[in-house]
Amino acid sequence: MRLRVLAALAFLMAPLGGANAQEAAPLLHSHWSFDGIFGTYDKASAQRGFQIYSQICSACHSMNYMAYRNLAGIGLSPAQIKAVAAAVTVPGGLDDQGKETERPGRPSDTFKAPFPNDKAAEAAMGGALPPDQSLLVAARDGGPNYIYSLMQGYVDPPAGVQVPVGHYYNKYFPGHMIAMPPPLTDNAVTYADGTKATLAQEAHDVATFLTYTSYPQLDEQHSLGVRVLLFLIFMTIVTYIAKRRVWADVH
Amino acid sequence: MAAGLFKSEVKNPVLRWVDTRLPLITMMQKEYGSFPTPRNFNYFWNFGALATVTLMIMIMTGVFLAMNYTPNANMAFSSVQHIMRDVNYGWLIRYVHMNGASMFFIVVYIHIFRGLYYGSYKFPRELLWMLGVVILLLMMATAFMGYVLPWGQMSFWGATVITNLFSAIPVVGQSIVQWLWGGFSVGNPTLNRFFSLHYLLPFLIVGVVFLHVVALHITGSNNPLGIDVKGPQDTLPFHPYYTVKDSVGLCVFLLIWAAFVFFMPNLLGDTINSIPANPLQTPADVVPEWYFLPFYAILRSVPNKVLGVALMFASIGVLFVLPWLDTSPVRSCRFRPIYRILVPLLVVDLFALGYVGAHHPQGFVVLLGRVATAWYFLHFLVFTPLVGWFETPLPLPESIAKPIVRKPHSGGGPIPGGAVAKPMENA
Repeated sequence: MRLRVLAALAFLMAPLGGANAQEAAPLLHSHWSFDGIFGTYDKASAQRGFQIYSQICSACHSMNYMAYRNLAGIGLSPAQIKAVAAAVTVPGGLDDQGKETERPGRPSDTFKAPFPNDKAAEAAMGGALPPDQSLLVAARDGGPNYIYSLMQGYVDPPAGVQVPVGHYYNKYFPGHMIAMPPPLTDNAVTYADGTKATLAQEAHDVATFLTYTSYPQLDEQHSLGVRVLLFLIFMTIVTYIAKRRVWADVH
Repeated sequence: MAAGLFKSEVKNPVLRWVDTRLPLITMMQKEYGSFPTPRNFNYFWNFGALATVTLMIMIMTGVFLAMNYTPNANMAFSSVQHIMRDVNYGWLIRYVHMNGASMFFIVVYIHIFRGLYYGSYKFPRELLWMLGVVILLLMMATAFMGYVLPWGQMSFWGATVITNLFSAIPVVGQSIVQWLWGGFSVGNPTLNRFFSLHYLLPFLIVGVVFLHVVALHITGSNNPLGIDVKGPQDTLPFHPYYTVKDSVGLCVFLLIWAAFVFFMPNLLGDTINSIPANPLQTPADVVPEWYFLPFYAILRSVPNKVLGVALMFASIGVLFVLPWLDTSPVRSCRFRPIYRILVPLLVVDLFALGYVGAHHPQGFVVLLGRVATAWYFLHFLVFTPLVGWFETPLPLPESIAKPIVRKPHSGGGPIPGGAVAKPMENA
C-alpha cells in the first residue's frame, strides 16, 4: 500500500525516461458509419459483429453492462432477442426451500459471462484477465480503429525479439506482447447474411459492434444533437436581431 | 402606509402586499432592471453571466445524477454505466455535467483574463476580486472531487496523486493525508466523503457568488476604458440592454457546449477512466483534467516536493494580493502600452504550462516548464509592480460617453458626443 503511494509520488516528482520505449505502430483506419454528426450505426455490420462476439469473443470476454434487450439498438427484433436470451441459463434466485435455482435468460438479463469471476477467468487464461468488452472501445485510445487494427496486427516478431510463452506479437498492442491468441482469421465465421468473411471485414464488424456496446446511445445522441444545434443557431440569430434592435437607439 | 412596511411602487395589489413586507421585487428591479451599467461593455463582460448560468446548470444536472449514482467503491463505476444506459436521458444529463465542468473553467478563465486585462481587481474592487479567487478555489476542489466519483482508473489515481500532495507538509503531512483518505489509501471512505463534499461545495460557491454580486453592485462594474462612471450619460439600465447582450453570448456559449455534449463528449476526458479503478495497477500516465494542467506543470517543474506544492498553491495565492502588487493607477490595459503586452504574454505562458503539464517531463519539456513557471511568478511579483512604476500611461478619456475626446491624434473625425443615453423610463 505504501509502495503504491510512493510509486505515484515517484511519478509525480521524477522525470520519466523512455516510458514509451515500445511504441505501437500507427493504427489502421476504417470508414465508420457512425462518424460525423449525422453518423448512425451500420446495423448489418453491428449484427455481424455480434455474431463474431457470440461465436468467438464471448468464449473468454465478458460483456457485463450489456443486456440482451440492448440488442434492439442494432436491429434485432423482440422475438430474436428473446431467442438469444433464452439460449443461456442464468441463476434464478432461491426457491421456497432456499436452494439455488436456474432459469433460461430473459431480455432484461445482462450478457452471460464466460467465467464466474475475474479470478476464475485469470486461472483459465494463464494469468491474463480478458478485459470486459462493454467499454473496450471507450477505454482504448483510437477507439474502433484500435480494435480494427489489433484484430489485424498479429505478425511475426521482428528478428531478435523473443516472445514469451503464452504471448503473441501484435504490432498495434502497446508493448507488442499480447496474451490473446489471434482471434480472427479469414472465414473465422460464416456470416448469416452471406457477407464474405475476410479478416478486414470481420475486424470492421466486430469493432462496429464493440463501439455500439460502448456507446449504445450514439444514434439518438446524434439525431437529438442535430436538432439541438439547429435550435440554438436559430435562437442565436433571433437573439442577435433583438440585441441590434434594443441597442439601435444607443449607437 | 403603515409603519414598518417598505414603500413599494409595485402596482399589482397582491405583489405589492408581498413587496411591502419582503421587497424582493423592488430589489430585483433595482439590481437587475434599472441597475446603472456602463454603456461601453464589450462581449468580455458576458462571462460573469455565463458562469452564473453554468453554475445553475451544473447544480441541476448534478442533482439528477445524484439520484441515480451510488457512492460506493464497489458500485460507483457500474452506477455510472446504469446512468449512461438505463436512466432515461441519463447519458445526456451526464454528458452535460461532465463537459459542463470544462465549460465552467473556460468561462471562468476568460472572466479572470477580462479582470486582469481591464484592471477590474483595482480599487475599489479588491474584495470583489478576492471573492472571485475564493470561487475559483472552491471550483477547483469541487471539480477534482467530482472527477473522482465515476471511480475509473484516472479517478482513483488522480485522487491518490493529488491527496498525496498534502504529505509534503512537514511533520504532520502523512497524518493529514490519512485523515483525508479516511484510511491508509484512497478507498471507499474517500469516495463517500468526496461525494458528500462534491454535493456541498457548489452551494458554498452559490453563497460566495452571491457575495461577489453584492460587492459588484456596491462598486458598480468596471468597463473596457477602466475609468469611473461620471454620471447617467455614461450608463444604461441593465435591462434590456445587458440582459439581451448577455443572451446573445449565452446562445453562442450553449451552442459550443451542445456541440461538445452531442458530438465530442469524451474529447476532453481520458480514455482510461472507462476502466474501473484498480488499486493494484498504476496507469502509465496520471494526468489531471486540462483545466489543472498549468498548475500541475508548476508543481512538477520544481525538483523539490515541498517547494513544488508550495509554489502550486502560491500560483493561486498570488492572485489574492494582485490588487496590491499592481502599482499603476490606470485600470484598463488600453491605456497601458507595456502591461497590455504582458497580460497576453501571461496567457501564452499559461498555455505553455498547460502543454508542459500534459507531457512527460523530460528534456525540452522540463526546461520549458521551469522557464514558464519562473515567468508566471515574475509576471506578478516583479513585472507588475515595476511596470506600474515606470510605464507612462496614455491619456485617459474624460468620460465613458466621450471616449476619444482627449486622444492626441484623433484627427478631425466626428466625436460621438451626442451618444447620450436616454434613460429608460420603464425598464
